[in-house]
Amino acid sequence: MANKSSIGDVINEKDSTLRDKKYNDYVKQVTPKFSCFRNCINAFIVGGIICTIGQVFFNLFMNFGLGEETAAAYNIIVLILISIILTCLNIYPTLAKFGGAGTVVPITGFANGVVSPALEYKTEGQVFGIGCKLFIIAGPVILYGVFSAWVLGLIYWILKVLHWV
Amino acid sequence: MDYIKAFVVGGLICVGVQIFMDKTKLMPGRIMVGMVCLGALLGALGIYEPFAKWAGCGATVPLSGFGNSLFKGVKKAVDQEGFIGIFKGEFTAAAVGLSAAIIFAYIATWFAKPHMKK
Repeated sequence: MANKSSIGDVINEKDSTLRDKKYNDYVKQVTPKFSCFRNCINAFIVGGIICTIGQVFFNLFMNFGLGEETAAAYNIIVLILISIILTCLNIYPTLAKFGGAGTVVPITGFANGVVSPALEYKTEGQVFGIGCKLFIIAGPVILYGVFSAWVLGLIYWILKVLHWV
Repeated sequence: MDYIKAFVVGGLICVGVQIFMDKTKLMPGRIMVGMVCLGALLGALGIYEPFAKWAGCGATVPLSGFGNSLFKGVKKAVDQEGFIGIFKGEFTAAAVGLSAAIIFAYIATWFAKPHMKK
């Protein structure tokens, strides 16, 4: 198990079960090992900072005398705008490499997921390039988000009609 | 205090997802879908809203907060308009975030150049 195998060994191995085993060992050996603990610390810091930035803007908008819902809406707009600008400047991908889930989970990760495929496929034209690829991440999120909210809303409506809530 | 709560709660949610990602090797797209659905579910169970009231942006900035607001929108629309609200509320709730994301993203494509993946 511990013996170092090279891809040459794997290819030259005649016995197929042994070859499979060697191949798996080889894959395990060349896959970069990440420390889960280290990743978690990074995710904690990056995710925490993004949420704190959100809180700063939220409090700022609240101080302007906006209602809670409106302030939250402006907050989301600002975070999405920042994320898109950072993606265009190629800063967000670098941040994502470091922060892992810390950059995926906040709404900024969603904005990044909308703009980066659109940019990447820009050369394929307005409709099939930008127009389609813009929704590569947004599409599934919208579909399953709306669908789950719809199902739950239906249940809520039924319970309401039955006077259970 | 707001900021500490937002930092810690937001950070902890990210840590939870990071552990999940490391263990399952799921792609970010699936994680996002999962977070939104989970948020909607927790919202419907009445758990997420009190949590968001307490944690502030630590709970509303992650995508689960987006899911929660989707259900909140549906609930509000059902309360106001009855059955048709089930079809209406999701998009009312998602309108600002979605419009901002797709409009800014589209404008961004006019100016920015694609970057090589490293």
